[in-house]
Amino acid sequence: MHEMSLAENIMQLIEDAALDQKFTQVITVWLEIGQLACVEKESLRFYFDVVTQDSIAWQAKLEIIEIAGQALCNQCNQDILITTYHAACPHCGSYALQVTQGNEMRIKELEVK
Amino acid sequence: MCTTCGCGIGQMRINGKPMQPHRHCDKPLIYRSHKHSHTHEHNPVPADTNHSSNTIHSGTGIAGTHASGMSQARMIKIERDILAKNNRYADENRRYLSEHGVFALNLVSSPGSGKTTLLVKTIEMLRGKLPIAVIEGDQQTDHDAARIRATGVPAIQINTGKGCHLDAHMASYAIQQLSLQDNSLLFIENVGNLVCPSAFDLGEAHKVVILSVTEGEDKPLKYPDMFHAADLMLLNKCDLLPHLTFDVDLAIEYAHRIHPAIPVIQISATQNSGGMPEWIDWIMAGCRSAATAKQDLKQFDPTFG
Repeated sequence: MHEMSLAENIMQLIEDAALDQKFTQVITVWLEIGQLACVEKESLRFYFDVVTQDSIAWQAKLEIIEIAGQALCNQCNQDILITTYHAACPHCGSYALQVTQGNEMRIKELEVK
Repeated sequence: MCTTCGCGIGQMRINGKPMQPHRHCDKPLIYRSHKHSHTHEHNPVPADTNHSSNTIHSGTGIAGTHASGMSQARMIKIERDILAKNNRYADENRRYLSEHGVFALNLVSSPGSGKTTLLVKTIEMLRGKLPIAVIEGDQQTDHDAARIRATGVPAIQINTGKGCHLDAHMASYAIQQLSLQDNSLLFIENVGNLVCPSAFDLGEAHKVVILSVTEGEDKPLKYPDMFHAADLMLLNKCDLLPHLTFDVDLAIEYAHRIHPAIPVIQISATQNSGGMPEWIDWIMAGCRSAATAKQDLKQFDPTFG
């Protein structure tokens, strides 16, 4: 359910940008969402459609760029790609991983008129 | 539910009273520029987008490929965290708490893990040692705040209505109403939910996740975000272990797979047994650090009031 809060936060950032940058219609919204972020993308799409109704972002296209999960293995000191928090290092099998990327939840840019 | 945007704030109550209506676009908040305390390049690696043919993946559209000039459309860089507003309130809460030497803990767990009972017993064990205040989060009722107030400690109940988590704005509102004492301890009991509260920073010093032995050992694997976000795990209801098949070592091993360094304390809140004294020591150490940090702040910042 917190995807609705996230969608509302996105809408608010768009409204702030609209006042600042003087645009009246949003055509596309690009998000960067990390693979490890606590976001269900399809749910976010659903709520984005709900909260943008009758707004300047009504019917805007939502493009989600997935950011890979990355970690540093504290055991063998290698950078590895992970898709879950409970992943083991593919090189040494250790779970002692330090996540370095993949928690992102950002609005990257907007295409506007 | 708010009819403007559909958010859950419309039914939100603090001590039974409606929270101030929130604003949409009529009076926007002014955000500060995005700052990091660490240095790194913002060049995140996109995930591999080579999916099988039956996977729909719309995330490959890079804005740079847009052909402008055919319309009045233009690109605007935003580059902001989706939770920027929440994080701004959380930063303000954290600054206020540190200026007053308040050690704040955000207690998170699934419903029924024994958070409120643990709080009541913890307050009883800390009685007379330092001032304590509590913020209680639930969708409905003020039952939990009433249980806390019965111990003699001030408590504010936030009812989130349809909301599934506390956010930093709600916490800020409750902190203002509590009139916290300097060098005190603040407990924030979040809504019973092992998913959503993990994403929302309230400005606390630590999230403490509570897992009870009547749940499954694999909860850390099933709900990894919360165990990754927490700084301490309490394994509660350990007095029931003789009646259960719960494997303590396995539960701790799973928690360490998600969060290798997370300390675990085994407790039984109802029996005041097991690691309850260790939990109290952990809290007192945090309170001392918060008070010391406040003194340092006073010493090095001449503008500090």
